[in-house]
Amino acid sequence: MEHLEKLETQSVYILREAYKEFKQLCMLWSIGKDSTVLLWLARKAFFGHVPFPLVHIDTSYKIPEMIAYRDQLALEWGLTMVYGQNEEALALKQSFPDGSLDRISCCKALKSDALKRTLSGTSKRYRLDHQQKKYVLDTNQDPYTGVIVGARADEEGSRSKERYFSPRDKQSDWDVSDQPPEFWNQYKTDFAPGTHVRIHPLLDWTELNIWEYIQHENIPIIPLYFDQGHGKRYRSLGCYPCTFPVDSSAKTVEDIIEELRSGKFANIAERSGRAQDKEDGGGLETLRREGYM
Amino acid sequence: MNLVIVGHVDHGKSTFIGRLLADTGSLPDGKLEQVKAVCEKNAKPFEYAFLLDALKDEQSQGITIDAARCFFKTSQRHYIVIDAPGHVEFLKNMITGAARAEAALLLIDAKEGVQENSRRHGYMLSLLGIKQVLVLVNKMDLVGYNEVTFNTVKTHYSEFLKEISIDPIAYIPIAAFHGDNLVTLSSKMPWYQGKAVIQEIDAFKKEAEKTHKPFRFPVQDVYKFTEHADDRRILSGQIYSGSVSVGDDVVFLPSQKQSAIRSIEEFNKAPSSQKKAGQHAGFTLKTQLYVKPGELMCKVSEPLPLCGKTMKVNLFWLGKTPMMKNKKYKLKLASSRETVYLKEVLSVLDASTLEKKDHPTQINRLDVAQCILQLIKPLAFDTTDQEESTSRFVIVDGHDIAGGGIVTEALKDDSLFSVHSFEKSDIKPIQRAKRFNQHPMLIVLTGNPSSETVLLSKTLEKTLFNADKNVYYLGLSAQSNASFSEDRQDRLSRFLEMAHFFVQSGAIFITSIPDLDDKDVKFIQDHHDHFLLISLGSCFFRYTHVDFHLDQITNLPQHMADILALIQSRSQREDFNI
Repeated sequence: MEHLEKLETQSVYILREAYKEFKQLCMLWSIGKDSTVLLWLARKAFFGHVPFPLVHIDTSYKIPEMIAYRDQLALEWGLTMVYGQNEEALALKQSFPDGSLDRISCCKALKSDALKRTLSGTSKRYRLDHQQKKYVLDTNQDPYTGVIVGARADEEGSRSKERYFSPRDKQSDWDVSDQPPEFWNQYKTDFAPGTHVRIHPLLDWTELNIWEYIQHENIPIIPLYFDQGHGKRYRSLGCYPCTFPVDSSAKTVEDIIEELRSGKFANIAERSGRAQDKEDGGGLETLRREGYM
Repeated sequence: MNLVIVGHVDHGKSTFIGRLLADTGSLPDGKLEQVKAVCEKNAKPFEYAFLLDALKDEQSQGITIDAARCFFKTSQRHYIVIDAPGHVEFLKNMITGAARAEAALLLIDAKEGVQENSRRHGYMLSLLGIKQVLVLVNKMDLVGYNEVTFNTVKTHYSEFLKEISIDPIAYIPIAAFHGDNLVTLSSKMPWYQGKAVIQEIDAFKKEAEKTHKPFRFPVQDVYKFTEHADDRRILSGQIYSGSVSVGDDVVFLPSQKQSAIRSIEEFNKAPSSQKKAGQHAGFTLKTQLYVKPGELMCKVSEPLPLCGKTMKVNLFWLGKTPMMKNKKYKLKLASSRETVYLKEVLSVLDASTLEKKDHPTQINRLDVAQCILQLIKPLAFDTTDQEESTSRFVIVDGHDIAGGGIVTEALKDDSLFSVHSFEKSDIKPIQRAKRFNQHPMLIVLTGNPSSETVLLSKTLEKTLFNADKNVYYLGLSAQSNASFSEDRQDRLSRFLEMAHFFVQSGAIFITSIPDLDDKDVKFIQDHHDHFLLISLGSCFFRYTHVDFHLDQITNLPQHMADILALIQSRSQREDFNI
């Protein structure tokens, strides 16, 4: 537990720092295991509360169970839930499943572009109304200046270069060669108007740490990660046309931990089921420079 | 455990890590083959460095831009390796990487020997407080695995490291590309009697627990979430050192407010009764207290940190523009954020040559300096020999972190105005003293009832005035809202500034201050070297030495004669007649 406790302390510190320093703050929640752990850490940091909105980018091609799970947890935990999407591209049927774009361009349109516009408030945001139990147009269109993201350094090359507090310019661009120094629990929390900062509290966590923590804290996780009896499970979640389940009979969190520690996945990269990574020459850098999470 | 690899550019850090990952079986299946295939496709020779230098920019330039993180494991434990860039341009990335590490590996090219950044990085490690250092002399294959070459580099570098108080655990000759002496000892260097790199790494010690040290809890934020009928007022943050239990008496610095721990708050966990160093925590207090984020919570029963506005520091500068005097910066130390000025540069050290320059006017990019910082408001901190975590700070210039450092010494607070430079008079204090035939001084009267104290003060002023002395009385009236001690200290501080100028001008300044306590007197001592303290009736002092005490006023002329005699005795040393 010692190492997990250390990771938790660091993440909680970063979350509190973000909440203190950024007036317009939100957290991206993809419904996956990482950002769900992040959500749990926020409840720890703020003693049961989540004092900022959770933003989900709905490409409309998400695995349907993900949306149902999102809304169920949002109602149960009293979360301020906001989603946005690239309505323009969807209306014009500009996507990979529609056959008009390749995978990378589809990611850019339905994820990166949708995200940028939702964060900047230049496209519509929808907020969950807890009374009516449905989404209504969000009246808050102010740009978010701080965005909390569940990226981990061990996911792929470019993410290993991230800072805990990473400034992005007006176009959401990331200048990898000129990043702020971070040391002694001090981060870049001052920024020029028009720019925003991405905050990465999970940077030092590995996939195994995530599952060990889920087990330790008994965090509710979407069942798509477990084998439902067909010998297959998702190791990483995304859009159904580009995300494929892996062969695995892991039915519980314990099974998954075993699989990652010494079993069949001990030496296989997590995102091996993600098709878009391979099209980008083995890295997500092209997408990430342009705002991909 | 977090490890950082540092050293001069091109001395082979990334190659070393790549090889280490491969040889310890820490790479994902297929990664090595994938990178090899990419190399073949692009007709360039395979290098282990490509495994790490995952960014396309770097592969084209062949240098590490940022501190990449990767993971490897031995039979003993798991490691996070931070690959710090060696290029001088990227020093801030090197610091970012090294500051997270518990131990460091310093790579030196056997052929090139000790270079600029071998020194600079060594110095940074010492400043960042990293004490476990392993020196790897790399590329031994290029010098024919020669023992003499290895020993030359070793002698040369150890001389330098000794100067900056770094005592490496070992020097190991390696050839990273071939894996010599990494996981197992190489047959190519039979003359080497030490251990392989992995064995030395596994022998690094974990950071010592800091639970036995005095409790330090920088208040990161104060929460009062009203949703779901939550009425808790929670002080949140991370415990930097020591431990605390429910019921402990605590004091907040610099405000000096006191209370006690009522509860320790948790989410999804049974309530705990104790918290210790390294944990995040939330506390409620027994009394309603207005505490601001940035204050340092400590235990009343333990040694307290220092409080002050002037400190001597060691500082490294990364800013695009030099650090200058008369410019406003922001200082972040633990959770506090305060305005700070560079008051004086004592010396600047070129970190790569250790060449020292005394009293320069500014601190340039990549300089390491010893200097004095001046804050506007008091700050609570420790010196680095007492507690490292509350002695470390960064300096923000505009929107950017431009420097960092450690507090080595607290200095006596000067006047607030000392931040700005003044043109000073040519007339010396002794000349003024002779002119007025008096020893200029501050006389402070305190006690109960305050009306009696005022009477005593005013009588003293008149007596001195009638004796042709240059004297001025101004008393502080009792404060209506004295509960906010920070207001009180601010007020006292401003008042003392003013008194300072009167005394400087050659006058005897008399004041009456009601309700002075030990802390106030300490505060006055910080501002005025010599002053006379007179008390009347009941006082709040527990350990303060009072120069003259009266239980009550019985015979004013006699009291005056006594006080004048006291002033006289103080002045005699200076040979003035009063």
